[in-house]
Amino acid sequence: MSNKTYSIPIGPVHPSLKEPMTFHFEIYGERIEKVHLAPGDNHRGIEFMGRQRNPIQIIYLAERICGICSASHPFAFCQAVENAMGIEVPEKAQYIRAIIAELERIHSHILWAGVAAHELGFDSVLFLSWRAREEVLDLLEYLTGNRINYGIFMIGGVRRDITSEQITRIKKTLDYYKEIYGKLEDIFLNDPTIALRTKKVGILSKEEAIQLSAVGPTARASGLNKDVRQDQPYAAYADLEVQAITPEVYSGKVNGDVYDRIVVRLLEIVQSIQIIEQCLANLPEGEIVAEEKLVKLLNLIKKAQGEGIGRHEAPRGEVIHYVKLNQSELPEVWKARAPTYNNLMPWIPMLIGQQIADIPIVLASIDPCIACMDRVTILDRKSGQKNILTKDDLHKLSVEKTRRMAQ
Amino acid sequence: MNYLKSEEIMELFQNRLGKQAIIDSRIETKIAGIKKNTYQVIWIGVKPNFFKEAVKILVELHYPHFAIISGIDIDKEIELVYHFSIYYGEKGKEISINIFTFLSKDNLNIPTITDLIPGAQTSERETKEMFGVNFEGLPSLPNLFLPYDFPSGVYPLRKDEKGVGVKVSEGDEVKKGE
Repeated sequence: MSNKTYSIPIGPVHPSLKEPMTFHFEIYGERIEKVHLAPGDNHRGIEFMGRQRNPIQIIYLAERICGICSASHPFAFCQAVENAMGIEVPEKAQYIRAIIAELERIHSHILWAGVAAHELGFDSVLFLSWRAREEVLDLLEYLTGNRINYGIFMIGGVRRDITSEQITRIKKTLDYYKEIYGKLEDIFLNDPTIALRTKKVGILSKEEAIQLSAVGPTARASGLNKDVRQDQPYAAYADLEVQAITPEVYSGKVNGDVYDRIVVRLLEIVQSIQIIEQCLANLPEGEIVAEEKLVKLLNLIKKAQGEGIGRHEAPRGEVIHYVKLNQSELPEVWKARAPTYNNLMPWIPMLIGQQIADIPIVLASIDPCIACMDRVTILDRKSGQKNILTKDDLHKLSVEKTRRMAQ
Repeated sequence: MNYLKSEEIMELFQNRLGKQAIIDSRIETKIAGIKKNTYQVIWIGVKPNFFKEAVKILVELHYPHFAIISGIDIDKEIELVYHFSIYYGEKGKEISINIFTFLSKDNLNIPTITDLIPGAQTSERETKEMFGVNFEGLPSLPNLFLPYDFPSGVYPLRKDEKGVGVKVSEGDEVKKGE
């Protein structure tokens, strides 16, 4: 690097999200020239912990990989074990799984919309969207007993049924979202300041998305037509018409910028509502779990030999779990991969050429599930002088940029 | 787009790599939904020296989506399972392809695939840190998931790993456990 560049480490604690991750930026003036990623601050060795647990216990561990994706990980994990053992899941359970997963998508996307608004300095929008999110969390609590970590998944099905009485309540919540959606769309997609801050910022081209194996809304916003629910329909999605949403649907063209990522996520809220409605309309009757008695299930696991993968389209993209069983209570191996893992590399082309004040919104734009910050150190290599930017300073820079552009 | 069936893909691998390269192969069909739609999962085991060629075949077929590398410690060997999927973009067309290979612990070398699929870098680095597999051609980069000053020669996800040794005083070098 030329001696004109500065090196800025950001993280492990940082403003775009409330999770730890370190970034090292090489800055020329205000422009980012190079990015080095250093995750791992939140590595808890969950796969290692899984070695001392049987697959039924792992479901609850998988649920706790992430507080927001707490239906996605057990969904993929249960599918992996079912595929390894050859268990067929009852139809009703497949539908209930899809309903819970879609409710989770609604809450996750609205949560993200609030965070994105906060990064840009629109705290009133943060409050509005997080207020809207409460409704779906209340519904999830009503259906499963918990706002997060639902504990509803079981190998071979689900643990709780959805009764006709509960369906009325689900429909009521969906109506609420249909009502409020217009408002959210208007704020995010028609507001000139949000457009100024997010259009042509953090661009990821389609080729880069393919080569770097991007997943989820990040990949779709770059025009990559990829969604596990569409490509390899599993569970109830096999009966439904799910189409991957790319920004063309809304604006007719793909830019692959932060704005497009907002478009994709907002449209996916509508898609989730439609999926839940279809699931409720076609909800089959019957059993909800293949093997009700856990002791018997565990005995089956102990005798099972084989390997399987489970894939699910989580709110952030594809999650994949791999399980190998070897006639033992404990699995031979359990591997979990969350979507942000694949979206780490696409961050680099997105960030290069951007300004420091754009860092929070670009980082937040992939909806990462790891990262966050307390302070930024600006180190002048020449003089060795250190300036510490706190979380508030960086946030202020971002808010000021919005104000400047809005004037 | 011209889609090959799972059986044809399998045949392609057998023809291009030769019978001696393939250890094991199977196609699984999974059923989903009320309409009982199906999707397929392919498992192919190849010898390590044919592995790169197998990935090349896949890239020529349809640029695959790379998911992850799963590492499994089996006594004297380490099994690596590469999870790919191809033919995404159209309803129900996607096929998952899992290519696995066994590496002896005396010779943990496998060529990198980052020249073909740059997105595999994160996973290769993770496997290198956790299992000590050397990816030939992967540039030497700092630790990704382990601390940068983690002692060398300690591979946390290996089943025979004893861990990091006890650090008695501040000046001591951290060593491998016994």
